[in-house]
Amino acid sequence: MNEPLFKLDDVRVHDFLYIPYLVLEPIKTTTLVGESGGGKTTILRLLNKMSSPTQGTVYYQGTDLKTIDPVTHRRNVVMLSQSPVVFDGTIRENLLVGIRFQEKPIPSDEQLRLSLAQVSLKKSLDGPTKTLSGGEKQRLSLARILLLDPPVFLLDEPSSALDDITGEMIIQMLISCVRDRKKTIIMVTHSRKLAETYSDEVIGISNGKRGNQ
Amino acid sequence: MNGIIDLGVWQVAAAYIFVLIVLAIVKARKIGKEKEIILSSIRMTLQLILAGYLLMLVIENPNPWITLGVIALMEVFAIMTIINKFKKKLSGSMKKVIALSMSAGTIAPLLFFLFVVVQIEPWYAPQYFIPIAGMLVGNSMTGISLGVKTLIEGMTTQKALVEEALILGATPKSATKHIIDSTFDAAIMPTINSMIGMGIVFLPGMMTGQILSGISPITAIAYQIAIMLGILGAVALSTILMLHLGYRTFFNREAQLV
Repeated sequence: MNEPLFKLDDVRVHDFLYIPYLVLEPIKTTTLVGESGGGKTTILRLLNKMSSPTQGTVYYQGTDLKTIDPVTHRRNVVMLSQSPVVFDGTIRENLLVGIRFQEKPIPSDEQLRLSLAQVSLKKSLDGPTKTLSGGEKQRLSLARILLLDPPVFLLDEPSSALDDITGEMIIQMLISCVRDRKKTIIMVTHSRKLAETYSDEVIGISNGKRGNQ
Repeated sequence: MNGIIDLGVWQVAAAYIFVLIVLAIVKARKIGKEKEIILSSIRMTLQLILAGYLLMLVIENPNPWITLGVIALMEVFAIMTIINKFKKKLSGSMKKVIALSMSAGTIAPLLFFLFVVVQIEPWYAPQYFIPIAGMLVGNSMTGISLGVKTLIEGMTTQKALVEEALILGATPKSATKHIIDSTFDAAIMPTINSMIGMGIVFLPGMMTGQILSGISPITAIAYQIAIMLGILGAVALSTILMLHLGYRTFFNREAQLV
């Protein structure tokens, strides 16, 4: 039997999150929905090893996450933060920042432009990032993690700073592009509509507990 | 070049006229710092008198244990000064890092300076050991203090960038590289600036002291050049050690920010 991608067993993070059991399958788009403050972001952080459970075990491909090197794990399971963080410098430098952190070969300008086109960001690679709007910063962050091409994408509210139409367009593009490459998406959104339209599985999280599917 | 003018009690006392002038100005302008000025003048006078007599005693009775004891006291005093300056902002492991980098970062250059550059005889000669250690330790203390301050500020104000770098798969080292680089700059800048201004903007204290005591300016300069390079080495080494070990204290074993 194939191991699930992630398995959370009796996981607790202090008082605000308790997941008795949760399985996330590979090569699927799974969406976590629920009210804000319900612990969805904390779950993504557990999966990315940016946080550790205070009780219980998180398994990645059958291995206890505690025994996996955190940096190596984060290079396989890349997370998009809810509030996009933009580094000093040009758009090119921001696109390359993750590649540099992960010590991967630098892609050509053509590949960088393609990644901007994927997120419908019509900007010059040498353009400044200071003047970008919130939505543009979010798309830049998305392009940045698409370039990293990891096996697992964790997306925390990827369309939160975008209007409904752009948001849906970006999610659609993202999911088709990631599905083509046989990757896994685990996404958090407050939009049930987006979740139901584009996911293979929807998991409700309410008040720090796993709810109905 | 010889014939140094010995300063008598009344001559030194006459120099206190400067304190009186400052007090008069401060009082007239209602700045309200009279107490601090009087206290710091008295403190400086008493500390120096005590240090003078102690040094005389130590230099007249050279003993390896006393020399080593004085150096140890200097190191402890410098470490405690840095730790007290930041009080609650320092974690337990950061305090250990400060103690280690302060002592290792100054003792290695001190030994090199005394045994390879100056080649003192006997090896514990207190008139060389103590003042030179004082200069290296004092300057490294300033360097590490500045370094710790800049490092804490950087890790606080740029927390989001460090966190994002970790999320993108950075090691703690590469996630903090820009903070560490700018911290090193900030810590070493006062030493670099004083090297640039030296001999033009001001004459350094050690050299001035040697010239006043009748030593040829050429010898004084040779010592000053050597000690400046020694100071540069000690400040750089202790700061690099502090940064190299110190950034890790902001992360736990899981490469998460603490």
